[in-house]
Amino acid sequence: MNRDANFYSRRLFLRHGLVLSSAAASIPAFLSGSAEAMVQRMLAAGTTSIPGVPDDHILVVVQLGGGNDGLNTVVPFGMDAYYKARPGIGIQARDVLRLSGADGVGLHPALRSLKEMHDNGLLAIAQGVGYPNPNRSHFKSMDIWQTADLAGTGDGWIGRYIDAECCGFGKGESGKPEDGANSMPGVAIGRTAPLAMTGRSAKPVSFETADLFRWSGEDIHDSLRDPYHAMNRRGESEGVASESNAAFLLRTALDAQVSSETIRAAVRQQPLVTYPGAAVARDLSMVARMIRAGLKTRVYYVNHGGFDTHAGQGGAQGRHAQLLTQWADSIKAFYEDLKKQGNDSRVLTMSFSEFGRRVGQNASQGTDHGTAAPMFLFGPMVKPGLIGDHPSLTDLDQGDLKYKIDFRSVYAGILESWFKADSKPVLEGTFKPTPILKKA
Amino acid sequence: MLKQPADRSNASKPAARGEGSGAKVVGSMTPIAPEKFGFDQARHLLWRAGFGGTSRQIQTLASWGPQRAVEYLLNYDQVQFESVAADRFDKDIMRPASAEERRMAADARRRGDEDTLARIQMERQRRERLDRGQVSEMQKWWLKRMIETPRPLEERMTLFWHGHFATSYRTIENSYHMYLQNQLFRSNATGNFANLLFGIIRDPAMIAYLDNNDSRKGRANENLAREIMELFSLGIGNYTEQDIKEGARALTGYTFEDDAFSFQKNNHDEGSKRILGRTGNFDGDDFVRIILEQPACSRLIARKLYHTFVRELPPLERAEDDELNPAVRTAIRDLAQTLLNAKYELKPMLRRLFLSEHFYSPAFLNEQIKSPVQLVVGAVRSLETPVRDLSILNDALDLMGQNLFYPPSVKGWDGGRSWINTSTLYVRQNIMAFLLTGKRPVGYDPSAETDRYDPMPLLADLLETDSDAARDPSRVADYLLKLTLGRAPAHTREPLLDFLRKHDNQLGPDHLRGLLLIITAMPEYQLC
Repeated sequence: MNRDANFYSRRLFLRHGLVLSSAAASIPAFLSGSAEAMVQRMLAAGTTSIPGVPDDHILVVVQLGGGNDGLNTVVPFGMDAYYKARPGIGIQARDVLRLSGADGVGLHPALRSLKEMHDNGLLAIAQGVGYPNPNRSHFKSMDIWQTADLAGTGDGWIGRYIDAECCGFGKGESGKPEDGANSMPGVAIGRTAPLAMTGRSAKPVSFETADLFRWSGEDIHDSLRDPYHAMNRRGESEGVASESNAAFLLRTALDAQVSSETIRAAVRQQPLVTYPGAAVARDLSMVARMIRAGLKTRVYYVNHGGFDTHAGQGGAQGRHAQLLTQWADSIKAFYEDLKKQGNDSRVLTMSFSEFGRRVGQNASQGTDHGTAAPMFLFGPMVKPGLIGDHPSLTDLDQGDLKYKIDFRSVYAGILESWFKADSKPVLEGTFKPTPILKKA
Repeated sequence: MLKQPADRSNASKPAARGEGSGAKVVGSMTPIAPEKFGFDQARHLLWRAGFGGTSRQIQTLASWGPQRAVEYLLNYDQVQFESVAADRFDKDIMRPASAEERRMAADARRRGDEDTLARIQMERQRRERLDRGQVSEMQKWWLKRMIETPRPLEERMTLFWHGHFATSYRTIENSYHMYLQNQLFRSNATGNFANLLFGIIRDPAMIAYLDNNDSRKGRANENLAREIMELFSLGIGNYTEQDIKEGARALTGYTFEDDAFSFQKNNHDEGSKRILGRTGNFDGDDFVRIILEQPACSRLIARKLYHTFVRELPPLERAEDDELNPAVRTAIRDLAQTLLNAKYELKPMLRRLFLSEHFYSPAFLNEQIKSPVQLVVGAVRSLETPVRDLSILNDALDLMGQNLFYPPSVKGWDGGRSWINTSTLYVRQNIMAFLLTGKRPVGYDPSAETDRYDPMPLLADLLETDSDAARDPSRVADYLLKLTLGRAPAHTREPLLDFLRKHDNQLGPDHLRGLLLIITAMPEYQLC
């Protein structure tokens, strides 16, 4: 029952392929029926998790694009220097949401959902995460975070991880045995594929809405659909040698059809909880539905942008507060959804931003590009609470925080303890894994 | 230093096993007989040495015979086309700070003048933004040039060298230097390989990309020397780590100022070096000269051109030559020898390849996966669709994995099967639907594209030979399939005829567009 949906349906196709090619019209119905049925069967089984199997673990990345102001997210209200540096936009101590066991730091008042998750043991915060010689260009610093390379060059770190993990979730059609094949080890929601997910062979499936991960030609006229499906669901063809590029393309085309059906069937389900209205909520609800449908995807990637608050970022209320609320409420809804599915313990969620902001506010009641900032890890398996100390607000490097934890150590923690993978080849270096999970 | 991906085995493995399509690799390097050079062969030549072409272009080449067709493609300097102007793009966006500006910044730092420092930083960021804008203009400019050029081999080879001497804007962040490098590749596209290798050690983009501007006597940076030997000229196994160290010493002082190469004598290591068995007080040019003396160099270039123009080969570090099919092995050796005999002039080798029986072996026809550039440029050129929107085409190239001026690493693009996965396959199908109908891909303003594509001229040739044929669904389907896929097996024809039957076998523009939509979404359309 917990066989890969792709695997299952592909077999059916291969078996029926030749027969059905003469009855092209019946194929789409057959497929969509079977994909739907598979999802239904999975749902009937109640859970898609395979306890105790690390292959079963999923990482969801929620990127905070634009440079999230870490100091107004995890607020060091116990430090005078904080209020001196931010007379206009500092969060008053009385407004800060206090965290038990945390001295002098607490959450922005917009983060009630995060506070609740923290109190329920679902949130860990790594403080002062950054890297040496910080780059303040959005582009460059995002590349650095996404490649885990200080020059910001090379493949994405998640892509390298997927490249390195040959087994279990495989790398699709690239010459791997069919049993382990999965054409969607990484799924990114958005128009373009994030660099982080792009490896040498690993390329994420990416789409803005699942309905668009399909051939757009069939919208042009109904009569195009049948011939299209007839050509793309053959899987194999007489007279085409199985080693040839033509055969490879036929297999990938079938894979694409099945993946597309699987994903679209998955997101046709109603979410189990109500999500807030933000775009990031919509994206996370889509991820939750894909997880619920049992997709064998290991990593999902979602972006929540707009954090480049150079002017008028606000304090306890305002633009930054709004972005924080959207993010926090969406993640809380996401975990409630996963919990109802019985999948919450399979999913680790990580949030980061390319940099924090400068300690001092600027003349426009905003903040400019800075350096170190907190990173967030969600899920029932995280070691809840703060990891490491808050960076000093007086010992600065040209007005910027000095980082405490190298972000690659957090990556190493995710790779080693969550994915049980060797972090060294993936990160191309040795980083002491940050302890992010509860002791087993 | 080249990053070694954890596993790069998948892309080329199956091709290494030989007979891909089931047809046997046959044919020696002797020239193809003129009577064997018909539509299929001319079409093959035009797709592989160019970006494909219309039925008329294919027929013209076929009627010329192999000699004249190949010479026409090779001697493109005799075909008029707008030259590439040095001032086409702004060279000053990323110019280094002037002495005056540097003094101001130093003053501000000394005084702790945060405002001035912030202003300088803002100005820097503004220029970086402008420059990223310029590089995307350059992407569109090159794409347009590839679509419009009457000299397709020139652009194919320029793209080949871009992938061979891969340099990414992402690292060097200087669009004008990318532009200069692009001109180096174009002006030597089918010239002499030695000139390219001498040129690349003087090329600002490459020097910056592989850190040679940081390399000086006493602390030589090995990056450039390593990649020259490993990827650009010799291939792994044909040099030692010591050769790299000594080569790096020879390259010290090779740097650039503004947009021009500069040799800084005081940073150059004047000591004696021992490189590949030779000893002397070598500089970077000597390093290149010594490399060019190695037989491995011509083998690597021949192999790579074969990989690009004929058939995928497994990466050099994973496959011994003797694992290759004997006919393939012989062909590569022959090409390497031709290159050597011609003292690295590229044309004699290309000529020999494009004229050879081997090149036209049935096993190779329609068995190569089109690169994203070939797909897009080839579709516009062969079907004569409107270009519609270069930005959308350019974005699609990125989504399909071939972002011009941003190769993924110094190793360039792997090509072949690595282009294809479930995600890129949809992008490939959907960008074709965009070209044919104007239906915008995901995420763009969906407003209808007014430029209608008229597919009727495609049938002109068919009409000319037999006006009845253009009214016969089965012959029209065959004709279009031969043009687009190079063949028309029954299983590809049936869905087309089914489609036409649903429309009472009409053959108007809408119906032809429908046929082309179906064809270009066939898995086989990804091949050439």
